[in-house]
Parts: sequence; C-alpha cells; structure tokens
Amino acid sequence: MATFPEFIAQNEERDGVRFSWNVWPSSRLEATRMVVPVASLITPLKERPDLPPIQYEPVLCSRVTCRAVLNPLCQVDYRAKLWACNFCYQRNQFPPTYAGISDVNQPAELLPQFSTIEYVVQRGPLMPLVFLYVVDTCMEDEDLQALKESLQMSLSLLPPTALVGLITFGRMIQVHELGCEGISKSYVFRGTKDLNAKQLQEMLGLTKPTAAQAGRGPQAPQAPLSNRFLQPVQKIDMNLTDLLGELQRDPWPVTQGKRPLRSLGSAMSIAVGLLECTFPNTGARIMTFIGGPATQGPGMVVGDELKAPIRSWHDIEKDNAKFMKKGTKHYEALASRASTNGHIIDIYACALDQTGLLEMKCCSNHTGGYMVMADSFTTSLFKQTFQRVFTKDVSGAFKMAFAGTLEIKTSREIKISGAIGPCVSLNAKGPCVSENEIGTGGTSQWKICGLDHNTTLAVYFEVVNQHNAPIPQGGRGAVQYVTQYQHSSGQKRIRVTTTYFLKAHYSFSFVPQFMFHLRRSPFLQVFNNSPDESSYYRHQFMRQDLTQSLIMIQPILYAYSFNGPPEPVLLDSSSILPDRILLMDTFFQILIYHGETVSQWRKAGYQELPEYENFRHLLQAPVDDAQEILHSRFPMPRYIDTEHGGSQARFLLSKVNPSQTHNNMYAWGQESGAPILTDDVSLQVFMDHLKKLAVSSAA
Amino acid sequence: MVSASCLSGYSTYASFPSKAVPANPVSDLPSSLDLGNCFLLAPPTYMGPPPVSTNQAYSQYAQGDIQNGPPPMDHSMAQPPVCQPYSHGAMNLSGPHPSYPQQYGVQPSMQQMTNQMSGMQVGSGPLTSAGPGYAPSLQSVLPTPLQPLPPIHKLLTQCLVPPPSLPLPVSLQPPNLTMMALLPLNNNLSPPPPPPPSQPFPSSSPYSGPPPSSQPRAPAVSRQQSFPPGPPPPVQQTFPNSAPPPVSQALYSGPPPSSQPGPFPPTFASPAQYPAAQPPSQPGPPHFHSGPPPQCPMPPPSMSQQQANPLPPGPMQQPPQPGMHGGYPTQQNGAFGQPRGPQPGYAGPQYPGQQNYGAVPAPTPAPTQKRLDPDSIPSPQASELPAVQKFRHRIDPDAIPSPIQVIEDDRANKSSEPFTTGVKGQTPPLVTTNFQVKDQGNASPRFVRCTAYNIPCTADMAKQSQVPLAAVIKPLAMLPPDETRPYMVDHGEAGPIRCNRCKAYMCPYMQFIEGGRRFQCGFCSCVTDVPPHYFQHLDHTGKRVDCCDRPELSLGSYEFVATVDYCKNNKLPQPPSFIFFIDVSYNAVKSGMVNIVCQELKTLLDYLPRENPEADSVVRVGFVTYNKVLHFYNVKSSLAQPQMMVVSDVSDMFLPLLDGFLVNVNDSRMVIESLLDQIPEMFADTRETETVFGPVIQAGLEALKAADCAGKLFLFHSSLPIAEAPGKLKNREDKKLVGTDKEKSLFQPQSGFYSNLSKECVAQGCCVDLFLFPNQYVDVATLGVVPVSTGGSVYKYTYFQAEMDRERFLNDLRRDVQKPMGFDAVMRVRTSTGIRATDFFGSFFMSNTTDVELAGLDCDKTVTVEFRHDDKLSEDTGALMQCAVLYTSCSGQRRLRVHNMAVNCCSQLADLYRNCETDTIINFFSKYAYRSLLNTPTKTVRDTLVNQCAQILACYRKNCASPSSAGQLILPECMKLLPVYLNCVLKSDVLQPGADVSVDDRAYLRQLLSCMDVSESHVFFYPRLLPLVKLDGGSLPMAVRNSEERLSKGGVYLLETGLYLFLWVGANAQQELLSNIFGTPTFSQIDPNMTSLPELDNPFSQRLREIIDSFRSQRSRYMKLMVVKQEDKAELIFKHFLCEDKSASGGASYVDFLCHMHKEIRQLLS
Repeated sequence: MATFPEFIAQNEERDGVRFSWNVWPSSRLEATRMVVPVASLITPLKERPDLPPIQYEPVLCSRVTCRAVLNPLCQVDYRAKLWACNFCYQRNQFPPTYAGISDVNQPAELLPQFSTIEYVVQRGPLMPLVFLYVVDTCMEDEDLQALKESLQMSLSLLPPTALVGLITFGRMIQVHELGCEGISKSYVFRGTKDLNAKQLQEMLGLTKPTAAQAGRGPQAPQAPLSNRFLQPVQKIDMNLTDLLGELQRDPWPVTQGKRPLRSLGSAMSIAVGLLECTFPNTGARIMTFIGGPATQGPGMVVGDELKAPIRSWHDIEKDNAKFMKKGTKHYEALASRASTNGHIIDIYACALDQTGLLEMKCCSNHTGGYMVMADSFTTSLFKQTFQRVFTKDVSGAFKMAFAGTLEIKTSREIKISGAIGPCVSLNAKGPCVSENEIGTGGTSQWKICGLDHNTTLAVYFEVVNQHNAPIPQGGRGAVQYVTQYQHSSGQKRIRVTTTYFLKAHYSFSFVPQFMFHLRRSPFLQVFNNSPDESSYYRHQFMRQDLTQSLIMIQPILYAYSFNGPPEPVLLDSSSILPDRILLMDTFFQILIYHGETVSQWRKAGYQELPEYENFRHLLQAPVDDAQEILHSRFPMPRYIDTEHGGSQARFLLSKVNPSQTHNNMYAWGQESGAPILTDDVSLQVFMDHLKKLAVSSAA
Repeated sequence: MVSASCLSGYSTYASFPSKAVPANPVSDLPSSLDLGNCFLLAPPTYMGPPPVSTNQAYSQYAQGDIQNGPPPMDHSMAQPPVCQPYSHGAMNLSGPHPSYPQQYGVQPSMQQMTNQMSGMQVGSGPLTSAGPGYAPSLQSVLPTPLQPLPPIHKLLTQCLVPPPSLPLPVSLQPPNLTMMALLPLNNNLSPPPPPPPSQPFPSSSPYSGPPPSSQPRAPAVSRQQSFPPGPPPPVQQTFPNSAPPPVSQALYSGPPPSSQPGPFPPTFASPAQYPAAQPPSQPGPPHFHSGPPPQCPMPPPSMSQQQANPLPPGPMQQPPQPGMHGGYPTQQNGAFGQPRGPQPGYAGPQYPGQQNYGAVPAPTPAPTQKRLDPDSIPSPQASELPAVQKFRHRIDPDAIPSPIQVIEDDRANKSSEPFTTGVKGQTPPLVTTNFQVKDQGNASPRFVRCTAYNIPCTADMAKQSQVPLAAVIKPLAMLPPDETRPYMVDHGEAGPIRCNRCKAYMCPYMQFIEGGRRFQCGFCSCVTDVPPHYFQHLDHTGKRVDCCDRPELSLGSYEFVATVDYCKNNKLPQPPSFIFFIDVSYNAVKSGMVNIVCQELKTLLDYLPRENPEADSVVRVGFVTYNKVLHFYNVKSSLAQPQMMVVSDVSDMFLPLLDGFLVNVNDSRMVIESLLDQIPEMFADTRETETVFGPVIQAGLEALKAADCAGKLFLFHSSLPIAEAPGKLKNREDKKLVGTDKEKSLFQPQSGFYSNLSKECVAQGCCVDLFLFPNQYVDVATLGVVPVSTGGSVYKYTYFQAEMDRERFLNDLRRDVQKPMGFDAVMRVRTSTGIRATDFFGSFFMSNTTDVELAGLDCDKTVTVEFRHDDKLSEDTGALMQCAVLYTSCSGQRRLRVHNMAVNCCSQLADLYRNCETDTIINFFSKYAYRSLLNTPTKTVRDTLVNQCAQILACYRKNCASPSSAGQLILPECMKLLPVYLNCVLKSDVLQPGADVSVDDRAYLRQLLSCMDVSESHVFFYPRLLPLVKLDGGSLPMAVRNSEERLSKGGVYLLETGLYLFLWVGANAQQELLSNIFGTPTFSQIDPNMTSLPELDNPFSQRLREIIDSFRSQRSRYMKLMVVKQEDKAELIFKHFLCEDKSASGGASYVDFLCHMHKEIRQLLS
C-alpha cells in the first residue's frame, strides 16, 4: 500500500471523504484533548465517471435499527451464505438472488475498490425534473432583456421531458398558465399576502396529487405528470419562449423617491406552494431571479422609501434592522417547506445594492440551492454561471441531483454529532446519534434537496468509549454514508460509501496560517462587507470541498515574471513586486495584478511590439490561467484585471498578509514588496502571540 | 243568503285591519243608502247614454256618475284657487255646477249599480261600452264648465268673470270639488254575476254564491219598498228604451251615440260642451262638492241650498228629484233603516238602495219605478236572465271613480295647450297626458312633480290633512324633442353665484336690490353682494334687464358649469369608465347569456354615451369574467391577443393590472373583438357552478380607484354567490316567513357587507348595474344593495332563455349602456324657510341628512323627497324648492343641474285638496310603504297606508265637503282615484304576494319601485288596458278599466304594465282580427310562446306594432310581449294585472275596497 498521505488522497479521490483525523482517538477523553473535532468532509456525489451504477438494489442489514448496507468491510461466510454487519454485528442471510455467491464470485459491493458504490433503484416511476422560474420584473429594461435571453436560452438546455413553470412578480405575482392558445392566461396574486399551500391549491384550481401516485409499485412509467402551470419543455417551448419575450417591466408606476414594490417574499412563497401541492417529494428547482430587495409583503427586507437604506451590519448590530427578523422568519419557513418536499431554491440576485440575501440565505442553504450574487443580469458572471447550472457530465446527464438524503451509520465506538452544509435534519434518532450537537445534529439523516458533484458537507463525530475501556488495538471504526437521490435522469439512486480510520499522523503545521487568514476572511469578518455579501460568501464556504474551502480561506497567489516560470508565492505583501504579475484566486474573485513596472510597460504598449513578444507572452500567461479557472468554477468568479495603484488592487491588498505596513519601520521604504496601509496584525505578530499562548500556563 | 253573501264580500277585506265585517250590517246599509243619494246627485243626464247600448250604458253610467259629479265641481273650484278673486267665482261656479247635479244624474249610479250587476255579466263583451259610458258622463259634467278649456292663463285673467272661468278649469283646477259619492260598503258583497248570458267571465262568479239567497230574502222587499221608486227601473228603461229621460238625452244626445260605438273619447267632447250649456241651469250640484262650499262663502244661495239640504240637488235638478226622493228616503227614512235592521245582509238593503238611487237620478222616475223589479234593472240582456241571478247585490263598478275617465278627461283638456310653468301652484297635466311644457321659471313636471301644489301654511294643517308633501324629482330626465334641454350657464372662474348663507344657486327667486348691486335670497332672505362681473342694472320693475337672457334668472331648470372647487380633491375629473363583468359559470354559459352579451358588446361599444354625437365617446371600457374567481383582461392596443389575468384570491380583491385594463374602444378594437370572440369558447365547457359577487364589485371599485375616475359596472350575474368569498350568501328563502312579523327580514340584506361596500363605491363614484339571470333564489334583496345604493339598476331575467328573452335583455342592455347619465353626483334640495326636506326615497346613498349621493344618476332615476314644516309658511311668498345636482358628465365635465320649483301656500284645506296630484301621492305612498317593509311587518305597513288615506279623505270630508249624511262617501276631485290606486298598491306583489310570487320577485319589485317616476309608478300600479279595435288613425283606442268585466270574448286587448306587455286574445275573437294580427284566422293556431308579432302587411298589424314599439320606447325597460289566449294557463298571470278585480292573492276588488275605505272614513268621522 501506498504511503499514508497517498491513502488519504486516494480516500478523498475515491470516496469523496476526508477526515480531520485519520487516527482514531481511542476514547472520549482522548478525543476531547485533541481540540480539533473528529470530523469528515463528505462530497456525496463526488464525480466518479469510472463508477458504473449497479442495476440492482443494496442488501441491507436485517436489524431494524441498523439497516446498514452490505459493504467490503463485512465478514462474509460464503458457505453459509451469511454476512455479518460490521456496524451492529447482526448476522444476515443473503437474499435468494445471491445464491451463487462464492469466494470467486463476489458481488461488486464486496470488492474493496467499491468502497463507494452506486445502486439504481428499479422501483417507482421516473420522476420528471421540475424547473420553476420565478422572475422579478422590477428592473431596468436592459437587465430584464438580458435575463429574458438567459431564460430563453436555458429552455434549450433542459431535457425535453422536464417540466417548466413561470412565475413573474413585481407589485403583483403572476403564475402563468402555459400552453394556452389564443389568450394567454395567468393567475395573479397580490404581493402583500402569504398563502399556504392549501389556499394556493384552491386558488389555482389544482387537484391534489392522488394518493395512488405516491404508493405505486414499480409499474411502467406513468403518463408524465403535469398541470397547467408546469408543462414539459418539449410541449410549450415556443409558447414559453414567446411568453418570456413578451415580459414587460412591472407596469405599476413608481413615484420618485421610492423603490418599486417588489413582492419577492410572496412570489417565493407561491412558488414553494405551487410545487408543494403538485410535486411533493419530487426533485424540483425553484430558480429565483431578483433585481432588488423585497419591498412589500411577507419577507420584505426594506421599505419602499428610498430615503431608508437597506440594513447594514451596523444597523443589525444596533438592532436597527426592523424587517430583518420577520423577513428571515418568512424565508426560513419557506426553506423548511421546500426542503421537506425535496425542492431546491436557487437565488440569482443581480443588483448593485443588497437584495436581502441575508434574510433569504436559508432558502439556498437549507435546500442545497445556489446563491449567485452579481451586479447585473447583463454581466457574464450571471450569464455564465447560470449557464453552468445546466452543464452535463460525460454521460450527458445533468451534474445536478435532486431530493437527496444522506444517512450515516457508524460503528459502536463513535456517534454522530451533526453536520454542516446545505442540508436539513430529518430528525432520525438512533443509537449512533450523539447528544452533543455540532451543526445540524440530533439526527443520523439529513435532507439535501440539491446536490452536485461538488456539494460537500462536514460531518462531526464523537468518540464514545470511556477512557477505561478504550477501543482495542486493531479495531477499525467504520462509517457508512448512504446517499439516496434523484438522478437527473429521473432514476432514484443510492450511493453508499463505507470507510474506516487508520492509525497515522498528521501535520498541523499549516493550521496557524489558515487560522490567521480565516480570522481575516469574510466568513468571520463583516467589516467592509454588506450583510448580503457575508451571507453569500458563507453560503459558498459551507458547501465546497476541502480544496475550494482552503482557497476561500487563504487565497492562492501566483507570480509571473521574467525571472522564471510562474510560481506560487506567499500571500504576503512582500510578494507584491514591481516587475511581477500576480494572479490571485480567492474563489470569488480571480485577480490579475500588474506590478508597477509591468504596468508601465503595458501602458507604453511594449506588448504590441514584435520585439517584445516575450512581454506579450508574460502578460498573456496569467490571463490564460485565469480563464481556466473561470471556466471550471461554479459560480463563476469575478474577474479583475488591475495594476499597481489601480483602485481594484484593493482586493489584493486586503488579502495579503500585511507584513509590511506603514508601521514596521524596517520594511518601510525598501524595494521589496509594497507596504499595506493597515493596522491589522500581520502573520508574524499573530504567530508570536500564538507561541506565547501555547507555552503560557495561564488560561 | 244575503248575510252569506255579505260575508263573502267582506272576506276580501279580511285583510283590512279595521274591518269588522260582521259588526254592523245595519250600519252598512245606511251607508249604501247614502251612497245612493250621492249617486242620485250624479249624472242623471247620463241616463241617456246607457240606453243606447245596454251594456255600455251601464258602464257609462257608473263612471259617469261618479266622475261627472265631481269633476265639474272641481274644475270650477279649481280655477278659483288660481286666481284668488275667484274664490267667489268659484263658489259661483259651484253654483253653476248645479248642472252637475243633473249629471250626477247620479241616477246612473243607481242604475249603474244595478246595471253593473247585470252589466257585469252581460258585459264582459260590452266592456268597451262601459268605457264610453264613462267618458260621456264625465264630459257631460265637466264639459259644461270646462268645455272651453281655456288655458290657464286665460282663466287667471278671466278669473274675475266667474262664469266663464268655471268651465275652463274643468279638470285642472277645480279638483276639490270632485266629490265622489258613493257607495255602499255592503253592496260589494252581493252582486253575483247575474248576466249568465255573458258567462265568459268566470271572475264575476265569486258573487254567484249569494245570488240565490238574495232573492228569497226579505231585504229585497224592503229595498223595493224604500227604493222602489224607481231608480233601478229607470235605468233599465233608459237602456232598453234608449228613450230615457229626455233631459238626459238632451244632455248626452251628443255623447250617447258616440259612446255606443265604443270610442269614449269622442263622447267626452260633446258631453263637455253640454255641461257648459247647462251650468246656469243647475246650481244644485254644488252640494255634492264639499270642496266648493268651503271656499266660496259667496254663493249664499247655493250654499244655503247645499247646507240646508243635502238633498237640494233634488230641487235643483229636475231629474234628480225622483232620485232625490229615492235617495233621501233611503237615508232618512226610518223605514230604510228598519229594513236594514232586519236584513242582516246589507246586500239586500243596500242594493236596492243603490239601485234606487241609480234610478233616482234617472230623469224619468216613472219608468224606474216600473223597473223596480230588480230583475229588470240590468241591461236588456240582463233582464232576460233569470231573476235569481239578477238579484245579486253589487255596487256598479261604473258608478265609482274611473281612472280611465280621469285620464281621458285630462288628456282631452290639457294636451292641446302647452303647460307653462310660470304660475305658481298649478297642477300639471297627468303623466298619462301628452303635453308640451314651457319653462317659465319653474321646473318642468318632467323634472319635478309634487304631491301638492298648494301646501298648508302650518304644520298643523298638514298634519290634519295627512296629505304628504313630497316632490318626485327626476333630475336628468330626458325631454321630448320639441322641448329644449336645460341651458348651460357659465359664471366663470369663480363658479356659480350663490347665496352666501344657504348656498342656494342663482335662480329666478333671487330678488335683486340696491340697483342690482346685491340680491336677496328667496330661500333664506340673506342679502349677498353681486360680484362685479355679474352686475346688471334693474329695470323699473326691479328686474334685471338681462333677466330674459339669462336662464338662471328666467327658467326653472338649467345647468351651471362647475369649477374645480366642485370636484373631488380639487382636481377636474377624468372621463368615466364602463367595466363589464360577465359571469361565466355553468348556468350563465348554459343559458346563452354569455354568448349573447359577448356578441352584443362588439357592436354596443360603438354606442357608449357621448355628448357630441359626432365625436367618439371618451368613456373607457374594461372587461372581466368571473365564476368563483375573477378573470381580468389586458386588452391593450399593442397586444396581438388579449391576456387573461386570473385573480383567485377573492378574499382580498385587488386589481391585477393597470395598463391595458381600461382602454379606449377604438384603440383596442381588434383586441377587444378577439376577446369577445374567445370568451364564449373558453368557458363553453366550464363545470364551475359557484360564483362570487362581492369581490366582483370590489374589483370594479379597485379598477376605478386605480384609474382615478368614476364609472359604471355592468354585472351579468346568474346565481346565488355561495363560493367562499367576502359577501358570500346563503340560501335563506323561507316562504313560511311571509305574513309573519319576520317577513321584513326577507327584504333586508343578509349582512352588512354590501352596505359597507356600497359606501366605498359611492365615495369613488362607482355605479353598479346588475343584470340577473337566476334559475332559482339569488337573494335579490342582498345583491341589490349596492346597485340601489349607487344609483344603479337591477334587471332580472328569471329562467332566462336565449330565444325567448334575448330581445328584452338586449334592449335593456343597449338602453342601459347608451342612456345619458351623470357620475359621482351629489344632490341637495334647498327649501325656503318654513319647510325642509326630511326624507328621501330612491337609489342613492346618504351619509348625512341632506346630501343625496349618487355614484351614478341616469335619465330614468327618480328621487322622491318628502318635506315637512319646521315653521309657518306665508301665503304671500309661497314655498320654494331648489334641487341642485352636481355631477360629472359622460365626457368628464363637472356640472350642476338646478331645478327650481315654487308652490303656493294655503291656509284653507280646500286649496290643498284642490291642488294635489293623486298619481304623485301614490308614488310617494308606495315608496314609503315599500321602504317601510324593511323594518315593519307587512300588515302594519298596509294598515298604515289605509289609515293615512282614510284620514286624508276623512279630513276632506270633514273640512271641505258640505255636510251630508255620514253614509255618503265624498271624495275630493283630485283624489277621487286615491282609493283605486291605493288598492292597487296594497294588492301589489310586494305588499300582498300571491303564492307564486317569489321572495326575489318581491325584493326586485321593491327596489325597482324606489326610483320610479310618477309615470312609471302609475302604469305599474294601474296598467294600461287597450282594446284593439279600429287601430286606424294616429290616436290610440281609449283604454278600458282593468277588470275582467271589460274584456270581450270577441276582442283582443293590449295590456301594458310597465314591465310587460300582454296581448290578450278572446276565445271568440273575430277571425279577421286574428288574421290581421297573427296571420291566422284560427284561435287555436296562435302560438302563445311568440314574443313578437308577425310582420304582416296590413294596416292593423302595422299600427299595432307601431303602438307596441311606441309603448316600449316610452319605458325605461323593454317590455316583453306575451300573448295570452283566453282560458289558457297563462291567463292567470294576465289576470293578475286586472287590478280592479279581486286578486287571487286575496286583494280586494276596487268596489270592495272602496266600501272598505268608506267604512274607515266613517269610523274616523264618527
């Protein structure tokens, strides 16, 4: 076997699991001494093009409280056709279909390389994908036009059988009936009122989904479900394209000094309600496009008087954000309803000012929806990102998955404290659930309505062995992650990952540095960020995998110069040199910074001259690298091209370690690097302090 | 037997509170006797006519008597009032009236009585004859004095010359005199349908019961004894012989012939003249007229006569004498009384008495005596009948005041000359008369009609008389083409000039003083400076020299241009909008309504109201369909297709779109047409049966609010709104409540929701018109709240079927959409010191006690205003009233329409009674009663009505009529129809519903009446019944009274109720007639379901259809034509409108009711 680091890497690569500790503390006491909790990052749908889905269903442990899935860690008695559950030690008979099992004839799930395996559930109808567009019409014509085009474009990206619906809102909310000939019809609701699903169902004249549909056995796929508001793309493609084309700005007059009345909260409520009463427990995306904050009705975050600005962190600290609590409560309730039914809420907020993401964050965070923040619908940030939602994998299936649940089973030595990520608790109590909660705890199952290949959750564990009864040497604590989800093909699938801990060591050498940057990051710092921005950053942080998360914490800085090939450099002010081009990736931004000299050359136009082709190449190199990142990342980062002294350079300056400031005299005025005008502590100071604390006996 | 009959007769009265039927049969008898006397007085002359055609004769007599007697008197009297000097003259006139006595000829009455008995039966056929009889009688009486019919002016000028003047006033002024005499309470009961020969009318049968008994009875004997004298005989004689009293003939000579033919009118003319000639000869009549006496102390002779003897007539009148004797005896004779005593059955005694009377009048007593034999009494035909049948006792319907006669008299006398409004206190022609109006300073009667044109000076007087003081105002009434619509006056930026204190608008009653620098308000006497720009010098009489150039100084009605100060929020108004709300639930679609409406709107939208016929209407339109949700339509001109926006959150209605909802028809024509084409398709397969209603109105209200304009909502609605929504209703129809104290709850709205909603509507100027297409109970009482409060209308098409009801609905809709109207109106009635407007009736809303707020006010809407004294009035100044209506025209202009009305004040009750208008009083009473239903048990309402009318008549009798036997029923000329009309009100479906009248129907009619003008209420309560004979020529055949007796089996009749037209076809109608009308000579081949007559190319058919068209054009609602074949089931409906007959629902016949009233009056007097 490979080295331990290789094992870890393989583990992550194969299973999408990465533990904070790969060594198993042998007792509770030991675990608590470790300070850093035992935890794992799990990317349930880690992209595994090499993993063929298995066309049968998993074999479960027969113990009702266990129901673990047969896996490579189980002991198998091929003669007796028995297997022992490695979580509860229950001995189970193989099902009749496994009659031919033997040493040499093992099912896939028993092979070690299939520690992660995906089953396709054969029962149940193929469920259609449902996409419900919720579109704000209170925006400038230019924005609306861009948005309309994006939406029309998106229709072509949907599978023909997908159901789509359209809700538009401004002062009023219109639920459009699709596929009407002649007169176009829409149901209109006033935006000042919240409606529950039952009311909505009556008002839209929808019949309840028949009970039969829910409990049907594995029958031939039924006629696709649809109703007047949600119809297959293939059927109403043209109609919907026209409808979108005819969308007009909200016609209600907006008097000077006022914001347009935007019934965002009600519109989302209606969207949630519409799906709730038509496609409960079926994968569906509510895609909300907003051009400003909700200004009336439930969920409003600011009044319509322009003279009253939208809340800032300052207001919130002063308890001066009068709509926040109520608004948040509204969106939380929506999030809860949506997640209960397996529906995703995406928010695409494009406006220069805040739009209320702070209040709405739970809608995305709890449902696994996307949250995208941009300045305008005309930006490529929005356009590209939105398009990227519909990207497909090699098999031509959407990378998105729907209505997932994650269940974790642990062996007896450890219990589950909770999870952090785009999920909600399913409140499944059980023997493996710890009383100490971290994140969303008290359950061994979570609902993740929206998943993609990058969606990552952090799961926290607790070691329960008492110090006087440590885990015997050689014992291997096991964890099984069972993810059930609706594949974009409509199939129901189950992915099972079973893993275990090994003894090993781990280097914590980078921890202090990460901690230093984490303290400065927008995840902990709100200074200079609006509440919406904070919400947005945190939203992304909560769901990305290790690498991306680390980038967010400590951005990567590359340097390009004539002195050699591009190299990573310290995220430090000392790295900022006149003859360098720097490329910084903060996850949210890709920034190219031209040093003072380089920028002067560039302004002088040397790159145009044939004799300075090398300079042109130098300029081009970071751009190419940036493009690569831009093309792969979701959401698309903001691309910034700046130079020494440029106003946008602030993004760089705010991230680097201020090793040279106007305060450290020794560096001031020297040629190396650029001083940062800040009173923030530098990494050196932080480390010094940390060392002092580490050796002090006090505290 | 008699008693039995009596009972039966009373039975009809059972409903009346006061009636103690069984109580005093005896007393009744006397009354009858008295009546007899009265009759006697009446028109002996008439006797003549009857002879001609027996049947006819009857009718004539009866009517003639009654009317004749009174009319002349009145007329003469009337004039006097006009010009004060007259009073004497009037007296004199009264003196002259003596002629009347003859007319009274009263004989007829007796005869009539008897005659009718016979006549009734006989007559169904001869009905027409009855008519004629009428006419002549009246004429004869009135004519004498009136004949000349000099215009009022003349009268005035001539006043001094007593004699001439008399004639003029005929019907117009002299009203007071009219005293009706008459009849016998008892009689009612008895008269069976003697004339078996003419059995056609089963209706008469009710009486049939009694007949047999009557004969045997002693009473008969007694009658004979007392009366034998002959009244009855004479009648008969006259008839059969035609020879009748020479006198009478002489008088009538003219008339009789004419009468026979049927066309009554002609007869009138001639008779009228007669009287004129006679006047001098007959001073006697005055007696009758209690009216005159009071007024004229002058005519001592007559007075004395009168006073001395009620009988005097006898002396006066040659013919009367016989009658007199007969009459007197009855009254005074103990004998009479005795007989009565013994005879419990008034019928017996009374009858005879009456008959006698009738006979008495007849000039030739001798014959009458001979005729004593009751059997012989009736028409010749009757006489042939078995004695038994003839025996029945009954008051001759022809002997009691005839509406037809009054109408015809008025028409004959007043339609020739224009009615000028310059003279204070004159009563305008009746609504049934065609006349032209010249505005000379008072509002035209087309705008304002008053119950009384002489109002009492003091509250005490008013209270004593119980005559209501009210004005029926139709502010935006349409005028005939030959009258100019009110002129527009613009007083400039400062707005109309008004009194500083009471804010009355400049009008002819403002007195300019100090050389024209100031003016004194005629209402409050405050002096106000004349603004410089309005200054004008005065001439030597103190009038401004520009008086004649300025409408506001010389006319009764005109309009001001209102300034921005008169606008809501001080902003000039936007043009109004019309929004159409179409119910598309299952029932509405199935009945065909949706289709029809959508089709019609496509063309109708080109006829939206506009002021300049050349220009396009500026009214914008919007469309909504609904069932339990609402569908708004965006019909913006830029759209290729309309867009539907569904609002299903009906609990909190709002307007889902702004731009594109209310559009200009021309701009959006394509989109609108596309919409109207698609609506029927879209909902063709609907299964939604539930509807909402409150949210529909709310939606319209919101739309108008959003557009910041006033407007009208047209709702086409089919069912009880039971869907969950504000204003949801439950089915609460409970017929068991009818007749109980809880009955009123059926008329009250279910909840306060709609009244609150209507407040909001009124505030926005949102008028709601409701077209209902119910198949079952829809709770009109509640649904109608908003329309009624916003000045809108409710149209109801029960069991609507596209084929059958399409025309009616569409015509109503067209008219409703096109008719001129004002929006967001406020009406204020100001009065001169001493009286004030205290109560208002109509379709409107009031948030305080003075301002009548009307979200919409169309040309058909009427507001009735009641006035009460709050101080003394002066005879010198009279009383003034100014009605100002501020409204927004259909082009969005803010205007003020002002109507001024001055009336006289009187200190003599007789003046009051002489100058009032019964039709208007009935209009007021009915509205008052109908409204009272909301809070008072129906029985109480009815009792109150009867009581008040009894008091009015009793007051007259006590204070204005000459002393006479208490048994005499004396009615003021102007109010002689009060009993018959009142009875119609009491019998109306609202106050006395039959079993087949639904709660909705009653609520509908109740609301409908509330804004009717006098003309509509008149025909509503007393339908017009035209015999279709000789339709050649431009004039209409003379109407006949609404009684089955008047229908001839061989004829065809047209009945107009204001809501329906019936074409009644007699079973024996002439083939030629049928061919002319229906194109088939066979009765059985006539399709009773036809809704329009075939267009046949013959003059009769053409004329008939012309008549029908012209009738329809006169009414605000299209009258559906129903063909009723005699003895068909549908005839029951038709008979319902024969309001002089006993009704199936228990309503009294005219005769019975008159007796009842008489009894009531006597109780009050005793």
